[in-house]
Amino acid sequence: MTSPIEQFEIHTLTAPLFHVGASPVAFTSSAAWMIVAGTLCLGGMALALRKQALVPGRAQAVVEALYDMIVDLVDNAAGEKSRPFFPFIFALFLFIMACNLMGMMPHVLTVTSHLAVNLALAGILFLVIFTTGLVRNGLGFFRLFLPPGVPMLLVPFMVLIELVSFLIRPFSLSMRLAANMFAGHILMKVFAGMTAGLVATMSGLAVVGILPLVLNVAIIGFEFFVALLQAYIFAILSAVYLRDALEVHH
Amino acid sequence: MDDGSTIRFLGAGIAMVGALGAGIGLGAVFYAWLGAIARNPSADAKLKQVGLIGFAATELVLLMSFTVAALLIFAV
Repeated sequence: MTSPIEQFEIHTLTAPLFHVGASPVAFTSSAAWMIVAGTLCLGGMALALRKQALVPGRAQAVVEALYDMIVDLVDNAAGEKSRPFFPFIFALFLFIMACNLMGMMPHVLTVTSHLAVNLALAGILFLVIFTTGLVRNGLGFFRLFLPPGVPMLLVPFMVLIELVSFLIRPFSLSMRLAANMFAGHILMKVFAGMTAGLVATMSGLAVVGILPLVLNVAIIGFEFFVALLQAYIFAILSAVYLRDALEVHH
Repeated sequence: MDDGSTIRFLGAGIAMVGALGAGIGLGAVFYAWLGAIARNPSADAKLKQVGLIGFAATELVLLMSFTVAALLIFAV
């Protein structure tokens, strides 16, 4: 039986294109699936909104529902001033959702189960937040690290704590997504392996194999929910963190 | 079994003790969430966002320990 970890292996599809230091950089299956996910997002949106009816058809209604959901989310979590950043958060949401859902198909690499991919997404987000904070508030942005009304004695500690909690955000954001996807897919594979192992005994035990199979059906359903939920959580937290940059407390 | 697999499996078991905390935490999240909705049903929509963040943040603890356990068993 193959190891459940194998599904996360990345294969190179081409010879190394160039080298960074000593490590070769090639076009990998990960990159290919990300391109597919991005194309699906863009293509799906373009196709659904090809003719924009006042009374939306089925495809247009789905896209509009997603759009409305993220608009509400960003408005609630990041405030009125966040509208210019809505397309960015919506794009993040769509891309992560597409990657997560595509990963639910057999033989498709779950791109978001790799920390490197998520860290890149979260890194871009934090670059945007940091730059916006500096541009909008100038040096006043650094007041973020000092909540108002803190006694003088506690100031160094508070600044340290706030600084660490700010810097750790991209890691916790990407870690959450990666751990969710990784753990979910391992779980599905382990239960599938249990069924396969029991059936392979070719004895009365094979009948018991139905139990992990039934459980696996439930887990797959739950994983679809998790795939959507994690994209949603990523979007919410992006919006919550963005609020810090837009409205620094005084 | 002298290839260190005994200690690996033992480690995986110990790593899953973290699920205890996550279980208690998830219970606390849904306890507070349900209580809040029961007290003020009109706040349902607003509480959804915060509730989901709390759920995801707590579940992360569980998934971390599961990931470590899975890596110990399958990857090391």
